[in-house]
Amino acid sequence: MIEYKNVTKTYGSNIGLDDVSVSIDKGDFVFLVGPSGAGKSTFIKLLLKEIKPDSGSITFNGLDITKMSNRSVPKLRRSIGIVFQDFRLLPKKTVYENVAFAMEIIHMGPRVIRRQTPQALSLVGISSEAAKYPDELSAGEQQRVAIARAIVNNPTILIADEPTGNLDPDTAWEIMHLLEQINMRGTTIVMVTHAKDIVNKMNRRVISIKSGRITRDEKRGGYGETEDDFGRSELLLRGGPFSL
Amino acid sequence: MSYSIKQAVKQFFRNGAMSTASVFSISAILLILGFFFLLVVNVTNIAESVKKDFDTIQIYLLDSTEYALSDSMMKKLNLMPEVLDVNYLTKEQAMEDFKKLFGDKAYLLEMRQENPLPNSIVVRVTNIEGVDAVVARARSFDGVEGIKYYKEAVNRLIRFTNFIQVGALALILFLVVISVVVVSNTIKLTVVARDREIGIMKYIGATNWFIRGPFLVEGILIGLVSAVVSAFVVGFVYAKIIELFGTDLIVMLSTGFVPLRFMVGNLAVIFTALGVSIGACGSIISMRRFLDT
Ligand SMILES: Nc1ncnc2c1ncn2[C@@H]1O[C@H](COP(=O)(O)OP(=O)(O)OP(=O)(O)O)[C@@H](O)[C@H]1O
Ligand SMILES: [Mg+2]
Repeated sequence: MIEYKNVTKTYGSNIGLDDVSVSIDKGDFVFLVGPSGAGKSTFIKLLLKEIKPDSGSITFNGLDITKMSNRSVPKLRRSIGIVFQDFRLLPKKTVYENVAFAMEIIHMGPRVIRRQTPQALSLVGISSEAAKYPDELSAGEQQRVAIARAIVNNPTILIADEPTGNLDPDTAWEIMHLLEQINMRGTTIVMVTHAKDIVNKMNRRVISIKSGRITRDEKRGGYGETEDDFGRSELLLRGGPFSL
Repeated sequence: MSYSIKQAVKQFFRNGAMSTASVFSISAILLILGFFFLLVVNVTNIAESVKKDFDTIQIYLLDSTEYALSDSMMKKLNLMPEVLDVNYLTKEQAMEDFKKLFGDKAYLLEMRQENPLPNSIVVRVTNIEGVDAVVARARSFDGVEGIKYYKEAVNRLIRFTNFIQVGALALILFLVVISVVVVSNTIKLTVVARDREIGIMKYIGATNWFIRGPFLVEGILIGLVSAVVSAFVVGFVYAKIIELFGTDLIVMLSTGFVPLRFMVGNLAVIFTALGVSIGACGSIISMRRFLDT
């Protein structure tokens, strides 16, 4: 459902992505890992059409988004749920309103909103906090609200840029279980993270980026060490698909 | 739509001080504009009525000129396309008119035995531009003593009204630009304060028009309130002016002020249109930087 073909993006002399080709299928759960400045956020911003590639093509659900007009960008973003490290909730709206707002934006009727908002809130386990404002919630609860907002319109893909970056380990795991649950409902998940233990324990597909290039892409990988393909040796130890 | 209006009204009152400030500055600009409008319309109106008095050419005839000759002159003049109508004014009629005009001072003329006023042909032209042709034609006739016309005076009047009109238009344009800047700066404050919020809205797929909506309505609201305020003030002041000087003007120039109802009606429409466009342009301009994807 997502296919990057020879995508290159530079910022002046800085390299964002360098000739990246990769494809992600529907229902995948993908970790995007790599050192700081590797190009992970660039990868995601390209998919959201926040920035445009210098060359190459990006196909999403059969559409080449590099050829898409600026006017279609809102439509593209509506089919993608997004979660950030810093939650990005609207501070003057309650939990309920924050989630309902994502539906108001796409002109859903009030009846649909009244039905689907509580469903999303209950899915992320935050129904009891519906009337509170974001600053009255813990970080983990805020991230749950952000996830509810991201999935309330039933996007086919959920993108999370370091969603556990601001959370303590226990809360981070709660969020991971939630994402896993969402993935089981058929939603593709692409998650950028620096959390080694999470990547290692989840045992999902891992794409490593370094200096704008994909250095490793494994179906059931681990976080890997810096440069060597520790991921592969770990995979071998675990007896993955390439085991001898 | 209802979302935009709700948000805009909220912002308008939440930004109380700023909204009031921009309503004040836009009202001030609309007021200046309104008074110029009053001036231009009234000057044009007066000029039109004065021009009417001056579109006549009076051809004075020698006392020796016989009526048959003057009649043929009148026929020739009547054939000219520039001419509206031609009338013969006898010296007796001229005397009557003179007496009417000068009333008690007419005795100065009556003291003389003979009527010093000549017979004359009074030509009215359809358009003030036609005066030259008619005058040239009349000069070619025999039996003419002199020709009286006001072309220069009228030209000067036209130049003066044109100057006022162009000047006022330039000033109005200038003021409109200023008010757009004023509104856009006010709204920019709101936009900057909500920069993060706008970013979030864009991430979750809000269209530019959805984001712009509330700010646009806020700008229009500021414009509308200013329009109402200034229409009231201008109307009030104009009513006072008419009350104080209305009769004087009729006496001096034989035409009154353009009626209050007509003026205020038109000004209300103009102010509303201007206020709304100023507000809308201001808010769209203020958002440009925040919405380019
Ligand atoms: N707007 C920009 N202007 C100039 N250079 C940029 C810009 N955005 C990113 N870069 C550069 O592009 C490279 C990739 O950045 P990117 O944000 O994709 O890294 P990242 O993998 O997300 O890093 P992190 O883990 O720290 O978030 C870096 O060298 C960065 O300095
Ligand atoms: Mg990043």
